[in-house]
Amino acid sequence: MKLTKLAAVAAVALTAASPALADLVFPSMSYRTGAFAAGGIPFADGYQDYFTLLNERDGGIGGEKISVPECETGYNTEKGVECYESLKGLNPLILQPLSTGITYQLIPKVTADGIPLHTMGYGRTSAANGKVFKWVFNYPGNYWDAASIMVKHALEQEGGSLEGKSIVLLYHNSAYGKEPIRTLEELSKKHGFKLTLIPVDSPGQEQKSQWLQIRREKPDYVFFWGWGVMNQVAVQEAANIRFPMDHFVGVWWSGAEPDVLPAGEGANGYKSANFTGTGKDYPIFADIQKYVVDTGKAAGDGTSLGQVQYNRGMYAAMLAAEAARKAQELSGVKAINAAQMRDGMEALQVTAARMAELGMPNFGPEVNVTCANHGGAGVGLIQQWDAGAKKWVAITDYISSDRSVIDPLIAEDSAAYAKENNITPRDCK
Amino acid sequence: MLYREAGDYKTTYTEDSQTFPIKLDRIGYYSVLIIAFLVVPFVINDYWANAVLVPFLIYAIAVLGLNILVGYCGQLSLGTGGFMAVGAYACYKLMTGFPDLNIFFCVILAGFVTAAVGMLFGLPSLRIKGFYLAVATLAAQFFLVWLFNKVPWFYNYSASGQISSPERTLGGIAITGPHTEAWAKYLFCLVFVFLLAWLARNLTRGNLGRSWMAIRDMDIAAEIIGVNPLKAKLTAFGVSSFFIGVAGALFFAVYLGAAEVGEAFGIQKSFLILFMVIIGGLGSIFGSFAGAAFLVLLPVLLKNVLVGGLGWQTDIAAHLEFVIVGGLIITFLILEPHGLAQLWRIIKEKLRLWPFPH
Repeated sequence: MKLTKLAAVAAVALTAASPALADLVFPSMSYRTGAFAAGGIPFADGYQDYFTLLNERDGGIGGEKISVPECETGYNTEKGVECYESLKGLNPLILQPLSTGITYQLIPKVTADGIPLHTMGYGRTSAANGKVFKWVFNYPGNYWDAASIMVKHALEQEGGSLEGKSIVLLYHNSAYGKEPIRTLEELSKKHGFKLTLIPVDSPGQEQKSQWLQIRREKPDYVFFWGWGVMNQVAVQEAANIRFPMDHFVGVWWSGAEPDVLPAGEGANGYKSANFTGTGKDYPIFADIQKYVVDTGKAAGDGTSLGQVQYNRGMYAAMLAAEAARKAQELSGVKAINAAQMRDGMEALQVTAARMAELGMPNFGPEVNVTCANHGGAGVGLIQQWDAGAKKWVAITDYISSDRSVIDPLIAEDSAAYAKENNITPRDCK
Repeated sequence: MLYREAGDYKTTYTEDSQTFPIKLDRIGYYSVLIIAFLVVPFVINDYWANAVLVPFLIYAIAVLGLNILVGYCGQLSLGTGGFMAVGAYACYKLMTGFPDLNIFFCVILAGFVTAAVGMLFGLPSLRIKGFYLAVATLAAQFFLVWLFNKVPWFYNYSASGQISSPERTLGGIAITGPHTEAWAKYLFCLVFVFLLAWLARNLTRGNLGRSWMAIRDMDIAAEIIGVNPLKAKLTAFGVSSFFIGVAGALFFAVYLGAAEVGEAFGIQKSFLILFMVIIGGLGSIFGSFAGAAFLVLLPVLLKNVLVGGLGWQTDIAAHLEFVIVGGLIITFLILEPHGLAQLWRIIKEKLRLWPFPH
């Protein structure tokens, strides 16, 4: 009897839950709780604040208001399913799950349901092949780009050769952490370095044995694929064994303020890849302060503005908004639907001039998406943590990845996916 | 008043020993079946299927399985997540290895594979009991997760170690894959739940179930009256693992569609299902359903009320959810340590006398 009563309440709550559907819907699949919240919160705040800014300052995109319904996934695939099903009913234009595990689950679903999926710098790398993955995008870069960029940086530091050197890949033992292995194995053949794989089980709070192994093997470099609480622990452990921090390089999900601050001085010199600008020295932050933070409409408390993950969330929102603008232009309709949004994403071009116009000069790489290439340019830079000044400093220019290694791998992996799922690759003109 | 038993006479032994001896219960049971099979499939939508009913049904199978082992046979197990992983990976290998094999048989065969693995890991139960056995099954949990991570053959050498279920049909209707209709998913799981719950009920009141319960209540006494502990314990492990394997296969193939062993079948899953057994009630079929419903439906309900209904922030709602679910678990267990099933039994006793208790 209790259960039937609960079910009745549930039914009422569910029917009351769907808001008006007049707006452009950009859902935020966020995680503000759990072991990965350190990265999830600022990203979600940045994503939401940018759309709030567009609503407050410009009245939305092309005069259409934006709504950003949020759903808490907790970085958990079961909650991800629940979120997907509840958001699907709101006619979303684009989904960004910020989790490689959830991405793998959603790729077949969004393809069947016709909802664009943008996995910016994460997810399934071979989704860069637009011929096979019609509804999935991962511009401006993917994990294999990151791996190649990190190797290139090591090459540069070693004066052009990694022959006989050793690199340890310390990774989150999940789809996310395993993604770069293929590329690193290819690159180790090409450049002659020895690759050692050391997995860390999720969530990664316990890494003593892994770092003991690193201490014993004394590798020249440690490449790091961590996320959430795992990052802080790894940086602290590296500092504890006095590993030379400038030889410890994280992927772009392992290099934000919350990752290095707990280790204090010990984190000084730690490096990571990145593809978005850091800090608040961009004109857009004045607008965000004025229209969003000062009016009390900010998603967070306003302290994360300018942090790495906040800026990245903003960049993701900017790319989505620009794609929506493009879609409005292409279709001639203001209230676009998901299919028109997909066309907009496929024709998306964000030039340096356009970013400057938006108040974000040199904020991220230029993006040029085509029907065949959903992966974008694949560039990134290396940044280094300055513990004294408490900020990330970019130490290289944008480095482009080694396409001669990555492109064949993408072709091979996407062909395998197409075969498994009976997909005939599209013709792209 | 609710239960009118006047005139409800039993004239044969069969009638007397039926599962629902009270007429009103019987009517309730049949109407639930009719609604579940004939009404729900026509009104179900994607949200109700994927977020509410399918996970509930699948967890109910897993809880039934663990209840046989823990509740009926008294062998404490913490390896449920690992055994579910066996079911999921067996199903995946069968689906990809034999594309023409019917998905129904894939799931059943995955159950048998898990039963074999479960019996293997049940062998220590012949020598150790209680907490020591719990630790041995915990080893199974960690070993199995490690195995599916380590050996690429299990995930067909995919780059990311993910397994994803290809589309498989039953009589031309998609059961797995992205094109599955909500009702097909739901009915497929419901058929398994119905068959397995019926099987569990009839096993536990038969010869085999009685020998399990004898072992649970006092193993030395059971041995003296002629119960073979080897047979009883290993069959309990086998049957329990079969159920859990079927649940794991459905969990991966029908519900999630793609899974990664550490995340989907980790130690948290073992604990979650054990909690469902404890909250529902040890040694009760109804309790298995009640426990699964409590821990699957309540968080979804709370989320919809707090975020959807009241418009609260998602993080506050998520944290409150932990507080409320945790608080309710403690409250229920203090009020009734034998779980929701016992609570229901007491309510029923009261209702049979109500409104004339004297």
